[in-house]
Amino acid sequence: MTNVRAIILRAAGINCDLETQYALELAGAEAQRIHINQVIKKPSLLEDYQLLVLPGGFSYGDDVAAGKILANQILHHLRDAITAFIESGKLILGICNGFQVLIKTGLLPGFSGGRQTSFTLTDNDSGRFEDRWVYLQPGTERCVFLEPGRRIYLPIAHGEGKLAAKDEDSLNKVRQEGYVAFRYVDAHGNPGPFPINPNGSMDSIAALTDSTGRILGLMPHPERFVRWTQHPHWTRLKRTDGRTDGMMIFDNAVRYIREHF
Amino acid sequence: MTVKLWRFEVSSKPGFQDVHGRAVLADIHECGVSSVQEVMTAKVYLIEADFDEDFARRVGEELLCDPVCQEFVIGRGPIPAGPLPPVILEVHLKSGVTDPVAESVCLALRDMGVQTIAHVRTARKYILLGSLTDEDRDLIIRRVLANDCIEEVIMGADAEPPSPHTRPYEFKLIELPIRDLDDDGLLMLSRQRDLFLNLKEMQTIQDYYRRIGREPTDVELETIAQTWSEHCVHKTLRSSVEFEHDGQLFHFNNLLKETVFKATEELDKPWCISVFSDNAGVIEFDEDSAVCFKVETHNHPSALDPYGGAATGIGGVIRDSMGTGLGARPIANTDIFCFGVPAIPHEKVPKGVLHPRRILKGVVAGVRDYGNRMGIPTVNGAVYFDHRYIANPLVFCGNVGLIPRDKCFKNPQTGQLILVVGGRTGRDGIHGATFSSGQMTHKHEEIFSHAVQIGNAITEKKMLDTLLQARDAGLYEAITDCGAGGLSSAVGEMGASLGAEVDLEKVPLKYSGLSYTEIWISEAQERMVIAVKPENLEAIMKIFAAEDVEATAIGRFTDDKKLTLRYNGIQVGRLEMDFLHEGICKYSRKAVWQTSPAAQVSFPPKDSYNDDLLALLSSYNIASKEWIIRQYDHEVQGGSVGKPLMGAANDGPSDAAVIQPKFNSNRGLVIGCGMNPCYGDLDPYRMALSSIDEAVRNLICTGARWDRIALLDNFCWGDCSRPQTFGSLVRAAQGCYDGAMIFDAPFISGKDSLNNEFVCEDGQYIIIPPTLLISAIGIVEDIHKCITMDLKEPGNLLFIVGLTRNEMGGSHLSRLYGQTGGTVPILNGPAAAETARRLSDAIAEGLVRSCHDCSEGGVAVALAEMAFAGGLGLEVDLQGLPVSDDCLSTEQHLFSESNSRYLVEVSPDTYHAFATRMLDLPFGQIGEVIEQPRLRIRDCRHRLAVDIDLDTLKAAWRKPLAFS
Repeated sequence: MTNVRAIILRAAGINCDLETQYALELAGAEAQRIHINQVIKKPSLLEDYQLLVLPGGFSYGDDVAAGKILANQILHHLRDAITAFIESGKLILGICNGFQVLIKTGLLPGFSGGRQTSFTLTDNDSGRFEDRWVYLQPGTERCVFLEPGRRIYLPIAHGEGKLAAKDEDSLNKVRQEGYVAFRYVDAHGNPGPFPINPNGSMDSIAALTDSTGRILGLMPHPERFVRWTQHPHWTRLKRTDGRTDGMMIFDNAVRYIREHF
Repeated sequence: MTVKLWRFEVSSKPGFQDVHGRAVLADIHECGVSSVQEVMTAKVYLIEADFDEDFARRVGEELLCDPVCQEFVIGRGPIPAGPLPPVILEVHLKSGVTDPVAESVCLALRDMGVQTIAHVRTARKYILLGSLTDEDRDLIIRRVLANDCIEEVIMGADAEPPSPHTRPYEFKLIELPIRDLDDDGLLMLSRQRDLFLNLKEMQTIQDYYRRIGREPTDVELETIAQTWSEHCVHKTLRSSVEFEHDGQLFHFNNLLKETVFKATEELDKPWCISVFSDNAGVIEFDEDSAVCFKVETHNHPSALDPYGGAATGIGGVIRDSMGTGLGARPIANTDIFCFGVPAIPHEKVPKGVLHPRRILKGVVAGVRDYGNRMGIPTVNGAVYFDHRYIANPLVFCGNVGLIPRDKCFKNPQTGQLILVVGGRTGRDGIHGATFSSGQMTHKHEEIFSHAVQIGNAITEKKMLDTLLQARDAGLYEAITDCGAGGLSSAVGEMGASLGAEVDLEKVPLKYSGLSYTEIWISEAQERMVIAVKPENLEAIMKIFAAEDVEATAIGRFTDDKKLTLRYNGIQVGRLEMDFLHEGICKYSRKAVWQTSPAAQVSFPPKDSYNDDLLALLSSYNIASKEWIIRQYDHEVQGGSVGKPLMGAANDGPSDAAVIQPKFNSNRGLVIGCGMNPCYGDLDPYRMALSSIDEAVRNLICTGARWDRIALLDNFCWGDCSRPQTFGSLVRAAQGCYDGAMIFDAPFISGKDSLNNEFVCEDGQYIIIPPTLLISAIGIVEDIHKCITMDLKEPGNLLFIVGLTRNEMGGSHLSRLYGQTGGTVPILNGPAAAETARRLSDAIAEGLVRSCHDCSEGGVAVALAEMAFAGGLGLEVDLQGLPVSDDCLSTEQHLFSESNSRYLVEVSPDTYHAFATRMLDLPFGQIGEVIEQPRLRIRDCRHRLAVDIDLDTLKAAWRKPLAFS
């Protein structure tokens, strides 16, 4: 069986790296937390891993815009290494700030060859950082991280999570061509206003994938629901023995890598 | 190529909302200015660098402006044409103030290949549309747009920004002759240099310099003033006290040692690892790990600059954990605030004071931005409102850290190097320690603007990441934070028994122009001091460099028991450590407490208490704090078990937070607090006992072990040179001792903040009520055994454990009716402890489905909260309520705030087992959980006293603090 190796990219202000490492280890991966300075010095480091995770946090304090400075670093120092990583069939997962970075590098949805042109993640409509749990409905069958039809429940914690498209055409393209990984919905699967859609995202989009389905960027935090006691009303649940919704994402990534490498 | 100044303005595209502008407009309207109809904002970047127009366009497109929702111009944006006259303003940082965004932009420009960057600055531009008067404009600037302490506003479309450059420093050694001064001269010197030292202290210093036969330098006097400040040595609480209590005389040699500490000493728990000696108290967690806990206040800075004050408050207490032992990893924050009443009209707010709503929003935003950016969950808190907090808001920030058992102690030694790590030193926060020890006046805002500190969470996070690596590699021997008093107190304390020498010119500065004294006493944030063996220097510097953290050796520890300060080789200060740390004169203070008989309280007789219950749920102190809580990340680090809001709709008020600090262990930490300023006016002793009982109840309700509870105290009082004020503090301290002994729960750390008073322009005083915060931390063996406060299942039985008495003094019902008398809840010690023990055991055995603490608003409020949190109704009959003989009326039954009471939901099949465990305690079944979403309470004469549907109850509770 393949050893699944994941690299968790650290940078100034990244702060969800430890629990992301734990989640990956629970899923059976070997996960290492590596500072971006080290990768910039030696981009070939990436070759040792099959999964690149950009974890949550406030890289560079969200200065200028969330994820922007780290995205700029990746674009100017790691463009070739990351392109090679993607072309070799490997996986990238961006969580919260990581999703913001993927959007701001243009890697998601990946329409424009490594530039951010048509999508952004910007200030929540409420104007505030918010921590709350949301239901997510898969919107595609292509993405290897999710299970089509399986609605999941995860927490968000962000101030700049509103997904916005430059124009109707771009939005239609992600909708029609299977780029929408998850939408914010209610407990029954229906989209709705705040707080169902916690940040005012267009078309309630919470997560995107690329044309390969091997990159996932999502605002909610799967690494914060890997044990039942993390559920916001676990003391009321009748059953707490199955796999948690957060683990589903990591398990699927690890299984895919085992099957393909 | 030559360096050129490029100006960029970035604003929202049409069709995308200007979130910041909208918030500013709401704040302006909240200030009572209605003439502004729209606010447009832009981010301004001023970049002096060596690129051309084409590249500048790329910088705008690729870096500064979001291609989807923003647009930019190089130069100045157009003035909007339209019917409404525009007022154009720009808010710039004052020269020298840290600009973290500018630092990030510099990094990004270098990534883009820019070679020479002379300077980057950022600013905010506002265009206010509307016919506003100059007075309105000035009010908006002062109250909404800018903080005068750190920011400068320029007006008009073409105004030039202030120069970013500071003047270089020219060395000049300053001596301050003291030996020949008379008493007036000594006091004048103390005042002129903002030393906040009194005559006796100045005389002690004078004697010292007469003895050693020379005059002090400025840096020596400043060092002494900081080390001896109330903030640093707590001279009031450690003084000897002549206490007259109801005519009887008592004597304390050292108040704190004979009350709070004494309980800890007598209890002598083997699981207490380090108490009252380090930056935080340390207790055992499991075989390998310990936890530390510290709660600090940051009151004065938060009054002047709510955002910055609160942010640096949380930043500072996080560094307390980082500086405990050899450094703990911060795992949870707590925050407790006291504010003025948010509904007060603007014209009633005293001059020199910010509106309570502005303070609240600023403080919450400060804690949010710093805590969230640090990646530390904010898990527990409370908010209290009282008009007497209007000028002295209280901001308590707590931090819990996890530390390996073998890293709990420091060992600085002669010959080790002194390194300063983290942020650079600037002029910010000068005199913070001395300033926070004094009284505030309406002029404080102008005079002490420099005392405000400026925080940058990312600098602290980077420093934390690297320090933990260095700690685990064993590369330093001691660590402490640069808190109040800056390098002066950090180096002074660490080297107290050794001696230290420091070369001040080596300290990295944010900008030029600082004198050697400013370098030494600056309270610039995000700095730690560590002691490193010379042979480890290279290895540790490598760790810092790998992640862009600055660290500099600035001196070394000696063996001469002297503090020696040099600037470019010239000695600027030399003090004996003994004098510095032990030389402060002993104080003797007078304290008086006269018990006043409880005045009668009476309430209008009623048929229905629906209105009272709804009014209580809507009172600010009881109302939902969800608006605040959701702005904090309470789940980062993945250890969240008991969240601040739980229940069927994730919105019920939890009693305490539960976290699982280690991924691979089911052992949990429970964190809670208790505070009852309303009781303090009437009886500070009972207030202390009640606060301890409440903190303990909160922990027990969630499933904490009763035998592993540790407490923290934070005293916030007025001017204790008044014997009456001090007397109330002495009573509270006595309450702390008794409470700790009752619950077998030692105090492990504490802090006080005195002089929380404000002198208005007309000479009137506003004095805070005596405020004691008790924080509690406990252990739960298995987090899976934890329970929450929301009702779980129809058909379950509802019990109350604990006796209800006629104790309406300081209760929320009394407050509602403006009643000032009544008896403050007593604490029946043996019963309180026994109840806590039995319930804790019953919960651990799995006999309890939900449990909620009865506190503010009494039984009725607690019942309502359990019901709407669980989305299930309750049929309650107060005939089952155990009451004291004098507790007769329905409003007493419903709303008395007697201590040591718990509401407990038990399933019928464990009824017998539960009841057996509670035998001999005052307990009774008072109701049953029902499907129908209503709270129905029958009084003991079987009349329907309360009958309200849950939606109405919840809406009343949620609305008051749900700000937009």
